[in-house]
Amino acid sequence: MSVDKDTVNKIARLSRIAISDAEADKMVGELNGILAWVEQLGEVNVTGVEPMTAVISNTLRLRDDVVTDGDVRDKVLANAPAKEGSFFGVPKVIE
Amino acid sequence: MTDFSRLGVAAIRDGVADGAFKAVEVAEALNARVSAAKALNAFILETPEKAIEAAQAVDADRAAGKPLGKMAGVPIGMKDLFCTEGVQTTAASHILDGFVPTYESTVSANLWKAGAGMLGKLNMDQFAMGSSNETSYFGNVISPWRRNDGGNAALAPGGSSGGSSSAIAARLCPAATGTDTGGSIRQPAAFVGISGIKPTYGRCSRWGVVAFASSLDQAGPMARDVRDCAIMLEAMAGFDPKDSTSLDLPVPAWEAGLNSDLKGKRIGIPKEYRLDGIDEDIAKMWDNGIAWLIDAGAEIVDISLPHTKYALPAYYIIAPAEASSNLARYDGVRFGLRDLPEGAGLQDMYAATRAAGFGEEVRRRIMIGTYVLSAGFYDAYYTQAQKVRALIARDFDNAWANCDLILAPTAPSAAFGLGEKNADPLSMYLNDVFAVPASLAGLPAMSVPGGLSKEGLPTGLQIIGKALDEQAVLNAGLAIEQRSGFTAEAAEWW
Repeated sequence: MSVDKDTVNKIARLSRIAISDAEADKMVGELNGILAWVEQLGEVNVTGVEPMTAVISNTLRLRDDVVTDGDVRDKVLANAPAKEGSFFGVPKVIE
Repeated sequence: MTDFSRLGVAAIRDGVADGAFKAVEVAEALNARVSAAKALNAFILETPEKAIEAAQAVDADRAAGKPLGKMAGVPIGMKDLFCTEGVQTTAASHILDGFVPTYESTVSANLWKAGAGMLGKLNMDQFAMGSSNETSYFGNVISPWRRNDGGNAALAPGGSSGGSSSAIAARLCPAATGTDTGGSIRQPAAFVGISGIKPTYGRCSRWGVVAFASSLDQAGPMARDVRDCAIMLEAMAGFDPKDSTSLDLPVPAWEAGLNSDLKGKRIGIPKEYRLDGIDEDIAKMWDNGIAWLIDAGAEIVDISLPHTKYALPAYYIIAPAEASSNLARYDGVRFGLRDLPEGAGLQDMYAATRAAGFGEEVRRRIMIGTYVLSAGFYDAYYTQAQKVRALIARDFDNAWANCDLILAPTAPSAAFGLGEKNADPLSMYLNDVFAVPASLAGLPAMSVPGGLSKEGLPTGLQIIGKALDEQAVLNAGLAIEQRSGFTAEAAEWW
């Protein structure tokens, strides 16, 4: 499988990363190089193998469904690049 | 007067505890060394006041007769991937420039609780993505080492924990934190002639560590000898309810358990790691390592890890896939950089912010990750890679039937020059060929100095152990350390 410039632009859009035309051209070659290399995984016989999701067997713990944290609004907002009052500021999204 | 730059973790801890010197004296001496070593660019931010503050607290505790912690009076460097409350944390990315966490990572909090102090935040590859420390927004870290050809070519300190490795080798600090996703503790340790251990996945809490690939990320110590690594790992590790993959197990007394007598231990030598065209110096170092372990009482057995060649390609699907998800949080809304072009809407702001904030390698990996997780390609790439990962872990499980530890080189070569491997991302990725399999399997793995190359540069030996058997890994590391006679250090030019 290989990618063309349209696909690169689509991936960039999905990734929410703005790219220029020249960057997209460069990325086509780079991504194809990497994809051609990972393609070799297709040679491996994986019949009957379950995909690994946890590397060290461990059970996910449950805890009581109670509030253990919170009431830290000012801390949450402390690093906001554009806070407005007690809210995160964003550009207008409704026309 | 004591030259504090010559003392390791144990020596500083013991000297402070015995009253041979004050913690504040050590902090002042190392603060001065950090400040004078700007040419290495190892630190993104120096925090001399933090080092002094912690040292004063230790001195006061000692004067008051209170018990001292495992790292009492030891000033360390903190990789800038660990969130530190009130102190800028950037992951070496423009997108987090100016981010000041309002909380402390569990690992750094454990270290401060143990009496360590912070000299500063260490430079690294951006978001821990890189093997040469050339992807940092804050510039390359320079290795203190130089080739013995009389030239002064700037060499890579390895990556991603390149600030950590450079600072320790230059004796700016006795130890530092590192993180290892696919070799980021071991390869930089090997490049500068120091030791570093990545513990079993889950030993050290990931809470408060800027995430790269969550199923692989694991913190660990880097220091100038094995004992210092054992001490610091004890201080860093431990169960943390705030990390769902944290192991709910007691922390073993690794330092007390150190024992370099390897009688009865079987050391596996994986034939797949002996690559065609293997570097001559690396092959020789590996043979020396085998001889040292035999001398320590171990038995050598040949083993096979048949899926080794697929580890790197599997890693370069899994790690970018997880990164593309983890890094979705950088949106220009809640923290860090915002780039809002004139008249832009929300979506354009996201895209502009992320284009301006992420470096080239980070953008590349996010895009690969997005692609392999996208509709139509998910099974062919991501699921296949997860299955191959299961087979790589099974290779190790099978190997443990015949051996207790595995010995291999850490990296395929000694340090390369900055700029030498930039043109092609793949040639840079290949640097982690020996490090990545243990990461994929979540196993403890350590690098210790193995010798010098013909160019006079350090090379590293890697010991891989069974899950949770850090003790055996450290013990074999100690056995090598006692026999290698490695005392070389970089001549001070900075």
